[in-house]
Amino acid sequence: MSAVAARTLLSVRDLHVFLGQSHVLQGVSFDVPEGGVTALLGRNGVGKTTTLRAILGLVDRRGSVRFGADELVGMSTHRIVRRSVGYVPEDRDVFTGLTVAENLRLAERDAEPRYDLVYELFPELERRAEQRAGTLSGGQQQMVAIARALLNDNRVLLVDEPTKGLAPVLVAQVADVLERLAELTTVLLVEQNLGVVRRLARDAIVLDQGRVVHAGDAQELLAQPALLRRLLSVGTHAA
Amino acid sequence: MTRNRKLIFDWLWPLAVFGALALVPKLNVSVPKLFDQPISSPGTLALLSACVLYGGLALTYDLQFGFTGLLSFGHALYIALGAYLANIAITDWHWSFWPSILFTMSVALALANVLGFVSLRVGGIAFAMVTLAFAQAGAVLALKDPHHWTHGEEGLGADYTKLPKAFVGIVNTKNLYWLSLAFLAVVFFVVRWAVESSPGRIWQAIRENEQRVEVLGLRPRAYKLQSFVLSSFLAAAGGIVYMLLYSGSTLVLTQPNFTLTLLLMVVIGGAGSRWGAVLGGILYTYVNDRLIAIGNSSTVEGLPHALRTPIEQPLFLLGIIFILIVVFLPGGLAGIASRGRPSGLRRLEEAIRPGGSDGGVPEQLQESA
Amino acid sequence: MSTFLLLTVTGLGLGAMYFLIASGLSLIYGLMGVLNFAHGAFITVGSYGTWWASLHVFGGVQSNLLRWLLSALLGLAFGGVFAALVELVLIRPLYARHIEQVLVTVGLQLSFVALVTGIWGPDPKTFVVPAWLHETTDIAGAHIPNDRWIEIATAVAVLALLQLFLRKTRYGLIIRAGVENRAMVQALGIDVRKAFTLVFAIGGIAAAIAGVLSGVYFNVVGPEQGTSLLIFAFIVVVIGGLGSIGGSALAAVVVGLTQQYTNYYASAGVGDMVVVLLLGVVLLARPRGFAGAAVGARA
Repeated sequence: MSAVAARTLLSVRDLHVFLGQSHVLQGVSFDVPEGGVTALLGRNGVGKTTTLRAILGLVDRRGSVRFGADELVGMSTHRIVRRSVGYVPEDRDVFTGLTVAENLRLAERDAEPRYDLVYELFPELERRAEQRAGTLSGGQQQMVAIARALLNDNRVLLVDEPTKGLAPVLVAQVADVLERLAELTTVLLVEQNLGVVRRLARDAIVLDQGRVVHAGDAQELLAQPALLRRLLSVGTHAA
Repeated sequence: MTRNRKLIFDWLWPLAVFGALALVPKLNVSVPKLFDQPISSPGTLALLSACVLYGGLALTYDLQFGFTGLLSFGHALYIALGAYLANIAITDWHWSFWPSILFTMSVALALANVLGFVSLRVGGIAFAMVTLAFAQAGAVLALKDPHHWTHGEEGLGADYTKLPKAFVGIVNTKNLYWLSLAFLAVVFFVVRWAVESSPGRIWQAIRENEQRVEVLGLRPRAYKLQSFVLSSFLAAAGGIVYMLLYSGSTLVLTQPNFTLTLLLMVVIGGAGSRWGAVLGGILYTYVNDRLIAIGNSSTVEGLPHALRTPIEQPLFLLGIIFILIVVFLPGGLAGIASRGRPSGLRRLEEAIRPGGSDGGVPEQLQESA
Repeated sequence: MSTFLLLTVTGLGLGAMYFLIASGLSLIYGLMGVLNFAHGAFITVGSYGTWWASLHVFGGVQSNLLRWLLSALLGLAFGGVFAALVELVLIRPLYARHIEQVLVTVGLQLSFVALVTGIWGPDPKTFVVPAWLHETTDIAGAHIPNDRWIEIATAVAVLALLQLFLRKTRYGLIIRAGVENRAMVQALGIDVRKAFTLVFAIGGIAAAIAGVLSGVYFNVVGPEQGTSLLIFAFIVVVIGGLGSIGGSALAAVVVGLTQQYTNYYASAGVGDMVVVLLLGVVLLARPRGFAGAAVGARA
């Protein structure tokens, strides 16, 4: 579906974020084309999570984030999300005191939430509907976190390290789900696991110390170990 | 050059101010609008004594609130302790003056350590509630008076025969003024010395960002306790001055509103600023006294009911002023001088913020964890 | 035995009022991180609103019971509206600036007590209540004042309603989730600020109920009454665990009973001291209170 040069869906320009006294994002600019997966890469602490949170308005930010016809900077978080932006946060952030069903119910935004899709992808969640989310395993909590985003028809999904801390079999399962998601919508994915990136991403953006240092085709980037090492200081370990 | 400037700002300038204030009782002039009686009259001097005493008390509160970020609602406990215990020792137990003072200050030191240790187990807002509860226990104790020491609601008048002669009687009002001023000056220089010392810098670092202090491998609790104890100790000394100034101790000192009043003074003047807190204490006390005087005067009688209330109840007006300052001028009066830089309450935000979901750990720490 | 029974029921009656105040405080704190000193003003709005309404609105109603109930209903409405206004006008503009929010509520509380004192004077006002409330019922030899039952029943009903609301409604769900992680609630597209106003209104109504009941319990309402109840409610909130309704209920019962028993069996005033001691012990043992909600209490 990405044969034609895709339209730009999300356009970030000169984004700045200060947290306390540190200047975490120092003028980040990039485009996310419509459809498929765009990977946001970089070492720990370079501002990937902050970038997603800044797009969502969860941190104070300056600059511009165009989403379709809307300017998101200056808009409050819930209004941004209601423009069909889905978010799967780092560390899941499920509500541990609520049941699985309650977690999902809270996330309902559309008139007809897609429970059929959620339960097709994660049959386990239907069985565990009445279980407290706090008693779930990390992998199950990740399913809840992704399911919350799946319930609604999002134009873009911001997904933050969905495979972090998961066992290899679960990593593959999450990657399957993300692949399926990418057919339905646009995904901006923060991911450390380059195996997952290789499998899913069409475009890649690399951040370093609060700035974009590389943007281009993901597969081309992954094919250049020297460049990768320089940008990420890691080898191309396979999943 | 900077060394000289520091000397001037830290020592010469305050000394000049306190020196000038010390000359006030010698001023035999009338200031018609500001004071009803001549400056050197006992009535006006008593008001001025109260003003400088509250300036000092407000500063003791600012030490833990403005400089360390500890929001205590129980500071009055230590002031009341100073005022009551010294008085009880002198009046009920017939001790002589100095042993009573020594005993009171030792108890204050011990109590501040114990209660500080317990209440600092919790942080932020919970700390405020716990200190409030401890102070309330003190208030109940003073009210119920199980040992017939405090005389409950009557308050305890001091046995003036045991007090130093220089501080007794209307003729000695100017001595009491100098005593209050001396208290203010001592608190001022102790606070200055303390916040510039190396633990004092850590107190301020805790105020700015407690987690960062923890990351450095320091234990914030121990430092917070230091600040709390020093602040409470100075407050107890202020309580003794209060007892001498008013020749007794009253229940007002024990009540939660007394701490809240100090909080109002500090915020109005400017939290985390020495001059701000002092100025807040002085202005608040002055305005409060004048409003009461106006409220009791015959001119108010003729006013419509709606206008009379705010004048007869100064706390109503002062509370509103306080709210307006919090909303529109978080740096307080001192903040006017430091426009642009975060000052006063804005700087305190980190310290007292509850560890809620969207506060707490700065994100760069999360990501690099 | 009969004394013990009387003390128990009276302690529960007192605990009921503590719970009504503490539940709102706890919800507001849990959701918004605001220590709401103005809760004392909400209590006063409830008690004075009811007193005022019984004179100026429902003064003509013959039946004391009806007059009291109607006045109380209006008092509760005042409490809820006042609390919602406080949130909208004073708290919301200071969003996420917790200390300034606390200070604003402190200023409001002080001003409000002064205002009430200025308008109606410092003397307590007598409450018009049905005569039946001042009579006693004999149970196992104990003469138990009837108003105690009303207090206990009201608190139990409010507890049940609150739990029902929190468990069964969408706003209840939002509030429970918001207590855990406010930012994530917003990231699901929910305007969490509406829930803020709602918890203030709920807290205001519950506090106003406590105000009305305190008028019955003490026979009078006074301008300072709210403040003294508020302090024990704070203790209840800390012991119960910030943000937990169930914890508040449990702690309210413990505090009310402890106070009554020790005030009687030891001596007057000791009960208050013991409660504070209890707070110290709980803090040393479990800095997060009975329920251990993970909010606020940074050790």
